[in-house]
Amino acid sequence: MTTDMNADSYVTADGRTIGPVVMDLKNITLRFGGVVAIKDISFNIREGEIRAIIGPNGAGKSSMLNVISGFYKPQEGEVWFRGSKRPQMRPYQVAQQGLARTFQNIALFDGMTVLDNIMTGRLNKMNANLLQQAIWKGKAEKEELENREACEKVIDFLEIQHIRKTPVGRLPYGLKKRVELARALAAEPSLLLLDEPMAGMNVEEKEDMSRFILDMNDEFGTTIALIEHDMGVVMDLSDRVVVMDYGKKIGDGTPDEVRNNQDVIDAYLGVSHD
Amino acid sequence: MPEQLLFAMEVTLNGLMAGVLYALVALGFVLIFKASGIFNFAQGMLVVFAAMTLVGVQTGQIPFAHLINTIFGTKIHHFGWTVPTILAIIVAGAAMVLVAWIIEKYILQHLIGQPDIILFMATIGMWYFMHGFAPLMWGSEVMKLDVGLAQGINETIDTTTYNWFGYGFFIDNLDIVAAIVAALLVAALVLFSQYTKQGRALRAVADDHSAALSVGISLRFIWVLVWSIAGFVALVAGIMWGSKSGVQISLAEVALKALPVLMLGGFTSIPGAIIGGLIIGVGEQLFEFAIGPLVGGATQAWFAYVLALVFLIFRPQGLFGEKIIERV
Repeated sequence: MTTDMNADSYVTADGRTIGPVVMDLKNITLRFGGVVAIKDISFNIREGEIRAIIGPNGAGKSSMLNVISGFYKPQEGEVWFRGSKRPQMRPYQVAQQGLARTFQNIALFDGMTVLDNIMTGRLNKMNANLLQQAIWKGKAEKEELENREACEKVIDFLEIQHIRKTPVGRLPYGLKKRVELARALAAEPSLLLLDEPMAGMNVEEKEDMSRFILDMNDEFGTTIALIEHDMGVVMDLSDRVVVMDYGKKIGDGTPDEVRNNQDVIDAYLGVSHD
Repeated sequence: MPEQLLFAMEVTLNGLMAGVLYALVALGFVLIFKASGIFNFAQGMLVVFAAMTLVGVQTGQIPFAHLINTIFGTKIHHFGWTVPTILAIIVAGAAMVLVAWIIEKYILQHLIGQPDIILFMATIGMWYFMHGFAPLMWGSEVMKLDVGLAQGINETIDTTTYNWFGYGFFIDNLDIVAAIVAALLVAALVLFSQYTKQGRALRAVADDHSAALSVGISLRFIWVLVWSIAGFVALVAGIMWGSKSGVQISLAEVALKALPVLMLGGFTSIPGAIIGGLIIGVGEQLFEFAIGPLVGGATQAWFAYVLALVFLIFRPQGLFGEKIIERV
């Protein structure tokens, strides 16, 4: 049986259900002064899938992620989220809509413990007002406990129990990356953006991280869009891949389709000019 | 016990009490610096403005009375009522929140992403603006601030120490009240920042702006919040200093004493502000007591600054400041 990937929903070979489009980017163009970072790019992200954005250095991948998460405002194009056009928003509003992200150069709260860092991921789930919090009864107490529990689940899941109370600033690089992922996951995002989750990791750490990403997607059904350099990793992980080069989209499809795309091969291996 | 030692003990105690007052002012600086990296030069003016507003509201003064009189030729000055102290404090607190909101909306909002020195210059501008605005609003006479705090010598301590040592210590009741209020204030701030949602968000913003945005924290809200808290701390400091020495524009200069306190304690540490304040308070009293007579006195005018200079040379981040790590 062949799967029709254009249907409203379909089931992948490994039995996961891919739903309708969550995030739809239409003709995005982003300029910094005279430099065009992204040129007329369109693609979508579907519910439950792992979507990769790849491309050589300077292709505009991170810029794309920053557009999705509201850190950059594109000059042209539309961002559609869950079936409606997203108005101009500040990054924190985008986050409140249910988008979580990690950063290429790790943005954690170094002075806080791992647990506190992860708890910040749940700030938007807390509604008790200042007075209730001051009295620390009823709603505030209940909320704190519930959120704490949710965080503990994430901590268990990402296997970082042993460092719960450690200030993040003291952790080695690989663990910091994992804590950042935990904070994003704690928000129970409807779309999770990962900016080079495996950059600078050794083989073992990369394998761990790949496993976490797959499990996250499998167990919680988290929709994930990620940027990655390591082609091997991307091909194993993702359902669909967008390839960017010099701000343009040069390929979009399943890993196999992308692998055999001549433009992609040229961009990655170079092309001889004769 | 030798008399000199008893004197020294009394001086130390009084120094601790004076240090608390320095610490109260320094606290306002630390809060803003921690959350936004801005060194708020205008903190001293916030103290004065808060105190003036409190007295003005309490005594039923009409704001901008001089201005109105000059323009319209009227002769108004008071509403003719007095406001209960508690209510006046609440109104003054609300005024400080309003000031915080205005500062965020009309100044900081337009300077996001600018270098720190620009923001620092902006706060110097605020200092000068308020230097003119506060007297315009409330007049330039020395105002008497009385919120019913105990003042004068504490008889209990005087008698007790007299019975023990044969020498009664002079401790001002107001200083004791100030110490208690400062302790409560610090406890409240610590609880707030450790155990509430907003406190956690505040610490997050202090640590990393991008990361804070990515978890859905509004920077604007946090900045208004932190300036409001700094305004509230300024109000508390204003009440204490105002009760001690009256309210007038030159009170803003107590903020200058907060500078050496910050250099000692570190610009980013709340406990640092308190310990720094106490060290400066005790240090300058003891120095005046021991060395003052030898050099002709008035060492209080410079001791704190020289101590800060020494610290700058040997430990520039202060006692509790974050360690400065230089990557090569």
